[in-house]
Amino acid sequence: MARTIIPFGPQHPVLPEPIHLKLVVEDEIVKEALPAIGYVHRGLEKLADIRDYNQMIQIVERVCGICSMIHAMCYCQGLEEMMKVEAPSRAKFLRVIWSELHRMHSHLLWLGLFADAFGFEALFMQFWKIRERIMDINEATAGNRVIVSVNVVGGVRRDLSPEQCRWILKELEEVERQIKELQSTMLKDYSVCKRTKGIGVLTKEQAHELGAAGPLLRASGWAQDCRQLGYAAFPELDFSPVFHTDGDCWARGWVRFMETLQSINLVRQAIAKLPQGELAAKVKGNPEGEIVTRVEQPRGELLYYIKANGKKNLERLRIRTPTFANVPPLLAMLPGVELANVPVVVLSIDPCISCTER
Amino acid sequence: MLFFTKTALGNLLRKYSTRMYPHVVREPFKDARGELYNEIDKCIFCMKCSKVCPSQCITVNNKAATWECDPFACVYCGVCVENCPVSCLHMKPAYRKAVYNRELIHMQGELKKKKTASAPKTTPEVATAANPDDLGESPE
Repeated sequence: MARTIIPFGPQHPVLPEPIHLKLVVEDEIVKEALPAIGYVHRGLEKLADIRDYNQMIQIVERVCGICSMIHAMCYCQGLEEMMKVEAPSRAKFLRVIWSELHRMHSHLLWLGLFADAFGFEALFMQFWKIRERIMDINEATAGNRVIVSVNVVGGVRRDLSPEQCRWILKELEEVERQIKELQSTMLKDYSVCKRTKGIGVLTKEQAHELGAAGPLLRASGWAQDCRQLGYAAFPELDFSPVFHTDGDCWARGWVRFMETLQSINLVRQAIAKLPQGELAAKVKGNPEGEIVTRVEQPRGELLYYIKANGKKNLERLRIRTPTFANVPPLLAMLPGVELANVPVVVLSIDPCISCTER
Repeated sequence: MLFFTKTALGNLLRKYSTRMYPHVVREPFKDARGELYNEIDKCIFCMKCSKVCPSQCITVNNKAATWECDPFACVYCGVCVENCPVSCLHMKPAYRKAVYNRELIHMQGELKKKKTASAPKTTPEVATAANPDDLGESPE
């Protein structure tokens, strides 16, 4: 059959966010994919010109709802380094707790969406049901479900009481039990394996050459994680990246599943080692200079470039998000995939288009 | 094989995961950031809240002693509450109820007299009237 171009997105039942792919297909096999983005651009970086650097914390949180706290943490860490302020050690541990809670709920959301992509709706509802507990922890401790707004330049705004810590640990025990109950379904079920194993393979070399980030990179055999850089309180926690060597959709699901359990472990460690002390260091004056900071988002490496000139507004703010890095590997994975498997492969990179376009 | 059966059967026997909202509402968490409100009799109209607000949803007029907040623009970050010098701003733990019309929270206070010791305390008039002129069209 002759080549046909099939539009995929920007509105598609499996896509949580708008990305458009022109799929060149031949006999229902994808030969080439041409991406188009630009549906949710909001000009957030430009807002740095008219809002002061403290107001930007709440604005960068809105780059992405799912990992809002991690965006703000990255931004605040950059400004702290620029202004030569050290966040107190309690603040660093609290940042780890909230950022890992965000990673957990992001991965649970993705696991649900992924299950939906291969048609397992009961599993989708099950993962989202577990996620509600994490959202409740966020709301009870930080004030809001999704955009928690706990960071300030110099530390954090909220504290955890010993009762709240005990409650979090109790909730996490239940979350862990429920996630583990779904482990066999997610990783061993015949129909799940049939839809994910050997599909959308990204080899170790390709992942390196195309600059993949996050779980996509780790599922292709690279044990690299920005948390190894030792930001916040990660140097004091026992942590080693989860990775798999298969490089297919199943391996990406496996990596994210295991990372969810790892995040539970990290929160437990952080609560056990939570030191006493101040929540935020005093910050004086305006930032000056330029800086690049990196943190690990649920989807991979997040990079902030901040340039300031001693005024209360920043001169330039540039954000590079992991989905932007993961689009070239996606285009390399799609050729050779059957049309029916395209949603699974696209979902497997955990696309966050709002992040990418800001 | 049949790994999900146990979970599915378990769900049949467990109680519902959902609630009949809005008839059944969960108790709000103590520290949740719900609706913003101003104790207008304590407010000194210093405009600090409107300056720090990242979404620019608060308008303060220090001549007419009015305080206005657009709850549809508010992002519930609580920065204004923390920066208020007289602690007159608070956040209720419960969320705002859904409404039919876009209405501003409008409060009319009274300007404080300068250092007149033992001045009799007056109770200011608190109005929460709608101001439909600045609001654009209603959702209908």
